[in-house]
Amino acid sequence: MADTTMTARSAAANPRATLQDLLPKIVLAPSFAVILIFVYGFIAFTAVLSFSGSKLLPDFSTWVGFGNYVRLFNHPNWIVALKNLAIFSILYIVVCSVIGLALAIFLDQKIRGEGVLRPIYLYPMALSFIVTGVAWKWFLDPGIGLEHVMQSIGWESFSFRWIKDGKMAIYTIVIAAVWQSSGFVMAMFLAGLRGVDNEIIKAAQIDGASTLTIYRRIIIPLMRPVFLSAFVVLAHLAIKSYDLVVAMTDGGPGTATWTPALFMQKFTFGRNEMGMGAASAIVMMMMIFTIIVPYLYSELGGKKK
Amino acid sequence: MLRKLLIGTMLGSALTAGYAASTYAAGGSVEVLHWWTSGGEAAALDVLKKKLESQGVTWKDMPVAGGGGEAAMTALRARVTAGDPPTAVQALGFDITDWAKQGVVGDLGEVADKEGWDKVVPAALQNFAKHDGKWIAAPVNVHSTNWVWISKKALDAAGGKAPENWDELIAVLDKMKANGITPLAHGGQAWQDATIFDAVVLSLGTDFYKASMIDNDPAALGGEKMVEAFDRMAKLKGYVDKDFSGRDWNLASAMVIEGKAGMQMMGDWAKGEFLKAGQKPGSDFVCIRFPGTQGAVTFNSDMFMMFKVGDDKKAAQLTMASDIESPEFQSSFNVVKGSVPARTDVPDTAFDDCGKKGIKDLAEANSSGKLFGSMAHGYAVPAAVKNAMYDVITRHFNGELDSKAAAAALAEAVAAAKG
Repeated sequence: MADTTMTARSAAANPRATLQDLLPKIVLAPSFAVILIFVYGFIAFTAVLSFSGSKLLPDFSTWVGFGNYVRLFNHPNWIVALKNLAIFSILYIVVCSVIGLALAIFLDQKIRGEGVLRPIYLYPMALSFIVTGVAWKWFLDPGIGLEHVMQSIGWESFSFRWIKDGKMAIYTIVIAAVWQSSGFVMAMFLAGLRGVDNEIIKAAQIDGASTLTIYRRIIIPLMRPVFLSAFVVLAHLAIKSYDLVVAMTDGGPGTATWTPALFMQKFTFGRNEMGMGAASAIVMMMMIFTIIVPYLYSELGGKKK
Repeated sequence: MLRKLLIGTMLGSALTAGYAASTYAAGGSVEVLHWWTSGGEAAALDVLKKKLESQGVTWKDMPVAGGGGEAAMTALRARVTAGDPPTAVQALGFDITDWAKQGVVGDLGEVADKEGWDKVVPAALQNFAKHDGKWIAAPVNVHSTNWVWISKKALDAAGGKAPENWDELIAVLDKMKANGITPLAHGGQAWQDATIFDAVVLSLGTDFYKASMIDNDPAALGGEKMVEAFDRMAKLKGYVDKDFSGRDWNLASAMVIEGKAGMQMMGDWAKGEFLKAGQKPGSDFVCIRFPGTQGAVTFNSDMFMMFKVGDDKKAAQLTMASDIESPEFQSSFNVVKGSVPARTDVPDTAFDDCGKKGIKDLAEANSSGKLFGSMAHGYAVPAAVKNAMYDVITRHFNGELDSKAAAAALAEAVAAAKG
């Protein structure tokens, strides 16, 4: 009798165990399949396209090898786009981090009204880049914006026309992007600052360290992971920068503010050069990977240990 | 967002289709992809829609807004890739040829032969509306791009005589400048720069225009004459105001209408802006061909490209094509749109003075072989080459290149884009 119940129980338990084993896999399978097809599948599709002579529609009958990449790196607009990306991303990341950190440190002084100030700085992030771009385009337009207002209230010699100047226009995009994102960086840093153990700070104060030294030698070094996260978030936003540029200058004046993302869109859909557009997309993806892969590796690899 | 809208439109049209099929089973239906969504354009298209509906053909509207039709072409890619192309698609120049090469377009031969399109549609338009000898698109209109729109008041103040050659043009612009207005209203967008460039090249000779813009002869593209063309562009740049960069063309038209600027060099769609503001040709504004180009016309023609459809829709498609080419429609549509008819036998009685001049000039240019596709509007070279030219023209216009370097860069960019 006892014997039979034992076997029956284990027989009943086995399917349940198998089910429990399988359940997470079954639940995850659809999203895994979707990601596999719509992210990695299409990355592979784009990679294949970049070696084809596709013009208007995908065309898998003509193959050009690395021809699209050669044409890409010989194209003056792509070179302009890469230069702009370098200027934009360096300034954007550095300025955003500095302003974000400064704002976070000021807000961290237990000041009154923090609850009001924090959302004020954070709200620009809630806008889409298109809205930011259009607003700044009008604001910086010499005919209707800042210059016009300054001149009409009496400051006749005031001049600020960077957005109309091919050499300076890319910097106006930096200004708008920094305005949009520095509040978000502030929030990240503020969370980091709040995470620093008070005991350490108290100990340093007892040892007679000044506030400046505490920030410089203790708090900021402790926030290294936050810097890294901020860098990764900002860097991939910079490489993808498209909507802001379209709204503010649409690549102009001339071709002065082209970025790689703009290049990709214009070549694929505007110029019927799908092969070259795909090649530029692959180059952009590799740029993003060079930033994100080491980051993921250090984050995930670190936890396993 | 866009995708949601698209799906919404498709669902909407699917629903109306279901409804329509039960109502007008006999007449069939046409689905039309276009980007004529602004006031005047939509009103012009409504003429066609009403005509078709009176014949029992249901009109399924699929508007994809976005100037120049780039967004519409992107939507079309998706539809064709999915194997479900619309019946008719508004399209321009080499886009039509590109689609024809994909083997997805229909054949209008049946109605074109019966109605004798070959005889009445200018040959330069047939190069695009026909592919391998088959009619694949129905031309709706002809816009010509080598126009100058001058404020009558500003012209009177500058001597009153419309310029007929380059030197007279510069003299008028100088006088307008001395009178304290912006002589040339212009928007610094690549296609607008290129529109002026078209006219400037044409003013240096029709042979030169054909050799450089249409045949892309490297010697013409990089030669002395091209340097001169760029010099003329640089000269014109001296007459625009300092805020020109990025301005839309209709805002530039508004500057002329308001009297803040003297003239605008723009295709005849600009006329619509003047008319909408209540101005009269002749008394409030003057329309002339770009000085030195009288007798020649660079055109841009809106066409409805017809796709391969099932037999159930074929009759409706042919009805639509026939309606588009009917002289009555050509007249009533183009009066509203500001362009001129795409066939040369349509009476000009309903048109205003500028429209009459446009019809006359088109017929003249057509018979003398001086009717050319506009480079700026995709009727001279394919999109890749056109945009390569845009890059050079706009960089030069914005002072990044001098004229010599620009001519060399133009030849180089065209060669690269063709590669």
